[in-house]
Amino acid sequence: MRHLSQLSALLRKDILIELKSRETVISMLLFSLLVLLVFNFAFEADSAAIKKISPGLLWITFLFFGVLGLNRSFTLEKENDSLQGTLLAPVDRSVIYLGKFLSNLLFILLVELITLPLFTLFLNVDLLSHIGKLLPILLLGSIGFISVGTLFSAMAVNTKMREIMLPLLLYPISTPAFIAATKCTSAILRDRPIESYSNWLNILILFDVVFFVTSFLIFEFVVEE
Amino acid sequence: MKSNKDGITTVLGLVTMLLMFIALLLVFGYAPIEKAMGMAQKIFYFHVPSAFMAFGSFAIVFVASILYLKSKNDKYDRVASSAAEVGVIFSILILLTGPIWARSAWGVWWTWEPRLTTTLILFLIFVGYLMLRNYGSSGEQMKRYSAVLGIIGFLDVPLVYTSIKWWAPEVTSHPQGLELEPQMKFVLTFSFFVFGMLLLYLILKRIELSNMRNKLELLKKDYLR
Repeated sequence: MRHLSQLSALLRKDILIELKSRETVISMLLFSLLVLLVFNFAFEADSAAIKKISPGLLWITFLFFGVLGLNRSFTLEKENDSLQGTLLAPVDRSVIYLGKFLSNLLFILLVELITLPLFTLFLNVDLLSHIGKLLPILLLGSIGFISVGTLFSAMAVNTKMREIMLPLLLYPISTPAFIAATKCTSAILRDRPIESYSNWLNILILFDVVFFVTSFLIFEFVVEE
Repeated sequence: MKSNKDGITTVLGLVTMLLMFIALLLVFGYAPIEKAMGMAQKIFYFHVPSAFMAFGSFAIVFVASILYLKSKNDKYDRVASSAAEVGVIFSILILLTGPIWARSAWGVWWTWEPRLTTTLILFLIFVGYLMLRNYGSSGEQMKRYSAVLGIIGFLDVPLVYTSIKWWAPEVTSHPQGLELEPQMKFVLTFSFFVFGMLLLYLILKRIELSNMRNKLELLKKDYLR
């Protein structure tokens, strides 16, 4: 019970900060728009080619702005040494991880949800009619790279090349999640039954479980003073 | 005591060098030429042991990283970082010898074949590990960070391999269950043995270097304030 109220306090703090500044969500959103713009020029919207590669483009967009949000999450904590303050409070390290994980998930999912109609609008690929099946994949894929990403972002913020360090560490690690999420999305867009992509779904779930549990357990070693 | 220990690694290095020459002689003089692949098959005696040594090194990183987080004993950190460097060297060897062989066997330098791709991703993860060590703040924090990355990176291997295998099931695969002549088997076993010694020598030498560096830092602290 105590953990739950601590968690909600931590989450509330992140949401309040975001509501005040709106920095993270807006910058992610703008970036996502820019990526779509670049894709349009690179692949020409409405072409048959873009229909084929749209699942991959969608997840590339998510990975790109996801890293921006993840980078921001601990940079903000570092700026006023506020992480120090949180660590001094009598809160379990793993609860701090969970709070950060949930706030990152919330912000990134929000931007992903706004990106879907934009993607449909700009690249003329109908994602919205598959939304019911796409949402679980969106959630599972995001949990995958955000669980490791939250952990790595806490590490990257203390290195000399903080912004570049996070994608360098995160992208290779999250390849399995990326491949699986892309494959699931592609099967859904082609109206395939769930059996045809269930093994990809299993990989995605396995990735989420393995890295969420590991990051949750190992986080205390990252913030330890 | 100290000089005696250094002496042993030097002897190990010299013996490894001698055995490596013998291995070369065996590969080109004793092992018969394979019918289908011809001379190109010879690279296999170096390629396969390199692969095992690279994966072995990363397994050492994994175990030493867990031990480091448990005990905070610097000794394990030195083992992990040394093994990571040596592992990256062996992955470069795989990534160099693989395409040379692939060119003659498959007709292309590179295909996105599961083992090849897994090796590339593993290489990228551990290059990230080395960058994290070089660009992070020195001291205890960075040792913890790299241990965390060492653990996460190794846990990723089975997921990466499975997902790439399913992603491209039709891509030309490595020769499975190759029928080997007894002489070939002997030469391969010998090469494995020599590469094992090389791995041991490189890691021990690298640990010695870290120890020396550590001592130098301590001396600097004492005398150059």
